Amino acid sequence: MNQAIFTRLAETGRPRIAFTLDSRPVEALAGDTLLTAILTQAASVRESEFGDGPRAGLCLMGACQECWVMLDGHGPVRACTTPLEAGMAVRLRRRHAD
Amino acid sequence: MPTDALCTANPHAAADLPPVIVGAGPAGVRAAEALLAAGLAPILIDEGAAAGGRIYQRQPPGFTRDAATLHGTEAGKATALHTAFDAIAARIDWRPGTLVWAVRPGELHLHRDGRAETLPFRDLILATGAMDRLIPLPGWTLPGVFSLGGAQIALKTQAVAIGRQVAFVGTGPLLWLLAHQYRKAGGGIAAVIDTTPSATKRRQILGLLTQPGMLARGLSYMLGLRRAGVRIVEGAMPEAILGEGRVQGLRWRDARGRVQESVCDAVAMGWHLRPEAQLAELAGVPFRFNPRQRNWEPDKDPTGRTAVPGVYLAGDGAGIEGADAAEIAGARAALSLLQDRGRAVDAGLLAALDRRAGAMLAFRHALDAAFPFPHALAAGIADDVMVCRCEAITAGELRAAVDPGGAMEINRAKAFSRLGMGRCQGRVCAPAAAEIIAARLGAPVEAVGRLRAQAPVKPLPAAARSTP
Amino acid sequence: MIWRRRSEAEREPVPAERDPDKHPVLSNLAAIGKISTDVLVIGGGGAGCSAALHIAERGVRVTLLERGLVGSQASGVNYGGVRQQGRHPAELPIARRSRELWGRLREITGSDCEFVPSGHLKLARNAEEEAELVAYADVARQYDLPLRLIGRNAVHAEFPFLGPAVVAGSFAADDGHANPRLLAPALARAARKAGAAIVEHAEVVRLARDSDGFIAETANGLEVRAKSLVNTAGYWGGAIAEQFGEKVPIQVLAPNMIVTEPLPYVVKVNLGVVGGNVYLRQIARGNVIFGGGHGEADPVALRARPLPAITLEALPLAAEIVPMLRDALVIRSWTGMDGQMPDHIPVIGPSRTTPGLFHAFGFSGHGFQLGPAIGAILGELVLDGRSGTPIEAFDIGRFTLGKPP
Repeated sequence: MNQAIFTRLAETGRPRIAFTLDSRPVEALAGDTLLTAILTQAASVRESEFGDGPRAGLCLMGACQECWVMLDGHGPVRACTTPLEAGMAVRLRRRHAD
Repeated sequence: MPTDALCTANPHAAADLPPVIVGAGPAGVRAAEALLAAGLAPILIDEGAAAGGRIYQRQPPGFTRDAATLHGTEAGKATALHTAFDAIAARIDWRPGTLVWAVRPGELHLHRDGRAETLPFRDLILATGAMDRLIPLPGWTLPGVFSLGGAQIALKTQAVAIGRQVAFVGTGPLLWLLAHQYRKAGGGIAAVIDTTPSATKRRQILGLLTQPGMLARGLSYMLGLRRAGVRIVEGAMPEAILGEGRVQGLRWRDARGRVQESVCDAVAMGWHLRPEAQLAELAGVPFRFNPRQRNWEPDKDPTGRTAVPGVYLAGDGAGIEGADAAEIAGARAALSLLQDRGRAVDAGLLAALDRRAGAMLAFRHALDAAFPFPHALAAGIADDVMVCRCEAITAGELRAAVDPGGAMEINRAKAFSRLGMGRCQGRVCAPAAAEIIAARLGAPVEAVGRLRAQAPVKPLPAAARSTP
Repeated sequence: MIWRRRSEAEREPVPAERDPDKHPVLSNLAAIGKISTDVLVIGGGGAGCSAALHIAERGVRVTLLERGLVGSQASGVNYGGVRQQGRHPAELPIARRSRELWGRLREITGSDCEFVPSGHLKLARNAEEEAELVAYADVARQYDLPLRLIGRNAVHAEFPFLGPAVVAGSFAADDGHANPRLLAPALARAARKAGAAIVEHAEVVRLARDSDGFIAETANGLEVRAKSLVNTAGYWGGAIAEQFGEKVPIQVLAPNMIVTEPLPYVVKVNLGVVGGNVYLRQIARGNVIFGGGHGEADPVALRARPLPAITLEALPLAAEIVPMLRDALVIRSWTGMDGQMPDHIPVIGPSRTTPGLFHAFGFSGHGFQLGPAIGAILGELVLDGRSGTPIEAFDIGRFTLGKPP
């Protein structure tokens, strides 16, 4: 089943870019933000640390701080303001084991 | 407007330093342009990769939609602003992708891609913009819920819709504009639910007629949506966002009190905007409560000056007035800065800017009254609803923090409950939290104060290192 | 915070416990005028609120005046360390007594203030620092504070989150940490319940003594007369002492504090280092709180700010002892004002110039743990004339009489 939150309406002819999402090889489009790249194929970008479920961002303008993800070899980045680059290894921040 | 020495005494007050502008939206770009025109090349800093701000945010390279498709009737303004920036970009110190995370007297603290840097300043124009004002609802943390502004950015800069069937809820011009833009772009619309009854809007018709073009555009969006058969409800209140693991519907109560549900897979919500004013606060600028907008805003005079010498404000970060007013305010603040540096400025230009800014006020006031913030909806949030999304603090926990023997204002309520202590520092929840506290205490909302900003104003990677 | 009371007609009926007019601040306002009391406490930090509690519990009338809200400065915005290890030996008897009170805080105040008896692990990052740990362990033994020295291999085995820079540790099992935002308010609530008058937003602008005792006037027009005066005014305690002819060399101190976003909960012990240039704890919610260095403060403008450059310096120091912090986000920094004495230990005890005046201020950045016991000791000094806990080393005379303690 398609888990995506976002639906592409236009600009679908851009080159495809390969990256990994939690070690799974996936593709998105050149010009996507990490948030777009993730939410066009997944249902969330992180889980609340406090056990209240998945989150998928909120404001897309770098204000709400809901969409931080991990980039292997780089550290935490805010998905809505980070452009996707080929070969990025993205890890979604899952709930901590207590 | 009292301030204190600790936050205002600028050691570089007489130094030969270029002016610094934070924020490259309509206000920041016009400020940069005016300074450069006077021969003073500024440093222009923005967190984003490109100038334009949220309203005229550019799509990334490789996208092909034209300005008319992206910006509709505002295409001319967007193009003009982008052209203005492109014309000056090579002659100013343009620093994209850069977060200003702290301000001290005469110094900004920057972070870019793991590197921290201190930038001394003599004059500072803060044009930091705004974000959506939201009201917590049951289910509002579900994936598929976005702010109106966020849903617009998704469409404009990424060519995506936030879902296949989107419910739009809130109030204000953006609600209608965004629904119109989604419809034109081929997005599915489940419903447009405006919390303001149409009668409330009609009462402001005289004030709105002061900008007949704007009014006509707004009405055409409403009419176009109706003609397209979109379900439109006015004077209704949202009750809950429904779904398991993601959005599956929106429950609301119509003006007659009947509970209804709309099937949707995404919700875009927002009730006007609120200023992003954390840097102004750290710079020592006093704040005032704007009762029309029910927002706190950093205090500036009509020329953009503040109580802190050398610190100027422009655009929505100093009170919500919209993009057109922001362009004027940006240029005006730059002229004030030039005057304060002892430079001659064109008196005719000053007068023209002031006249144009004044002419917009009646429309702005009418707009504020035509789309009021439904504060009772915020104040009445049920105890089990999460208010602070970062720290997972419910309305009930917040109310417990202000119950007898507890907090009497919002910062102490934060200290007791942890509301507003998370990554966003209360940007998202503060307006609703203040309403909840005020209602609980039986106090006017301005009496419970506002959450104080603290550095870093946005999260700072702990791996950040100072540049030598 | 004052607002117009709604008229009867405007008001809906509210249950008594929910009645805003019964809120402490408003009942305080009603009391504006003159108060005659036995003991006046100035300064609502942990020590002052605890003093009010202990005095009220013995049935003696006590009024506490606080300029802002209780716990606004050092007591409320500090790191939250509940630590005996590493203290000046003279402080250890007080710290022992306070630790006993910390263990009973819920019983005493109705709140445990999120006190976690996690243990305190002091770390050495080189051989010199390790030698200091060993030397202190001997001192601590004499004061009945059991410490366990842990060598390099063992410390990494027992605390696997530590970075390779750590070469040894000294563990105080009895220590821990707590939420500083909760302590003074909890003590104040308990003191009120016991009969104390805790008056917030009451800045003392005039203080004098006559044949009947002390008179304090506040900026908002309250006059308090009392037989005894307790000075728990933190940094500003120096100014109160000076009014009574006891000028001390006090300086303002503003610890630079930082907190991260929630991280996996692994640092289940309060961490410090020899030399103290960084200290770090994690709460069960996941946030890591750490400090190091000092911010800036203006005690006249009543304003203190963390310093960005100091925050940046603390980041690598913290990540050196707990490497998982390299992938964390810092979400906030803050500071508040404390008084620092030249010998880094507080002034505690009766005034040397003024009968009925008792001091407890200048805790030099480590008074949070001591607060509950300081209140108990002050209660004994005021009401019994002496305390069972030794406090001679803290005599104000060490600065004003030119004699060694």
